[in-house]
Amino acid sequence: MRSSKPILLVEDDNVDAITVRRALKDLNVPNGIVHQFDGEDALKYLMSNDKRPCVILLDLNMPRMNGINFLKIIKNDDELKQIPVIVITTSKDERDKMDSFGFSVAGYIIKSTDYKKFVESLKILNLYWTLSELPYTDV
Amino acid sequence: MRDCRPILLLEDDTVDAMAVKRALKDLHVSNPLVRVANGEEALVYLRDDSKEKPCVILLDLNMPKMNGIEFLKVAKADEKLKRIPAIVLTTSKDDQDRVGTFKLSIAGFVVKPVDYIKFVEAMRIINLYWTLSEQPNNERESTNEKLQANTAGGRRQC
Repeated sequence: MRSSKPILLVEDDNVDAITVRRALKDLNVPNGIVHQFDGEDALKYLMSNDKRPCVILLDLNMPRMNGINFLKIIKNDDELKQIPVIVITTSKDERDKMDSFGFSVAGYIIKSTDYKKFVESLKILNLYWTLSELPYTDV
Repeated sequence: MRDCRPILLLEDDTVDAMAVKRALKDLHVSNPLVRVANGEEALVYLRDDSKEKPCVILLDLNMPKMNGIEFLKVAKADEKLKRIPAIVLTTSKDDQDRVGTFKLSIAGFVVKPVDYIKFVEAMRIINLYWTLSEQPNNERESTNEKLQANTAGGRRQC
């Protein structure tokens, strides 16, 4: 990533979260990963912490507060709305894509069940967010 | 890009616009490039229902008449346009521009490298990412039934 700030991963499935961690490690992405299990926990983290993540990787189907409801809240917050949010999901549902882009996500990636393909997706994601500037710089 | 819809480029400088065109050609990106010179012209294009909506918008910030920030304010408040990913492509390293545009929900902020080879590499990464990322189908289908007919899973490959 372009900044050394942590990546916020919002994902209820522990196995999926471990896969993301492993893929980023295999890609030598040096950013720390902060894992929260649902939208509510992620919000608590963002509200209680001055350290802003470089990007948010967001699952959609989660208990308590799902991805869309999480987006609804942070995209109405003048400070938090700057953070690029990339949806990472197994959902190919048109409604989910419409709703996510309606809340201005900065990417929507279908989780591949094949690990190699998944690593390739995260590689492209990392390349792009290393090329692109980010709202919060390291200074 | 993920499908064959055009790429909309907002760029007032003809030489810069030609560099984008050339880079996309060198990368064999087959999406048509629609170039407009400012935000006002972009809105005219985007609101013309006879024109196909773009898959992505690449925009410069400093333009006469309606600049990039003013354009984003209008486009992101428009129910029909707000879902189109907008990527800033600029020479500006201004902090205000960066923060201001991220607050307007841009999907990337790329500082244009002056060196052509580096610029092509930047365009290559933009193309890779927006080929990987899904996008909603509806705008395209409503404007172009031909594409729908050509597609197996709702999406035609280029």
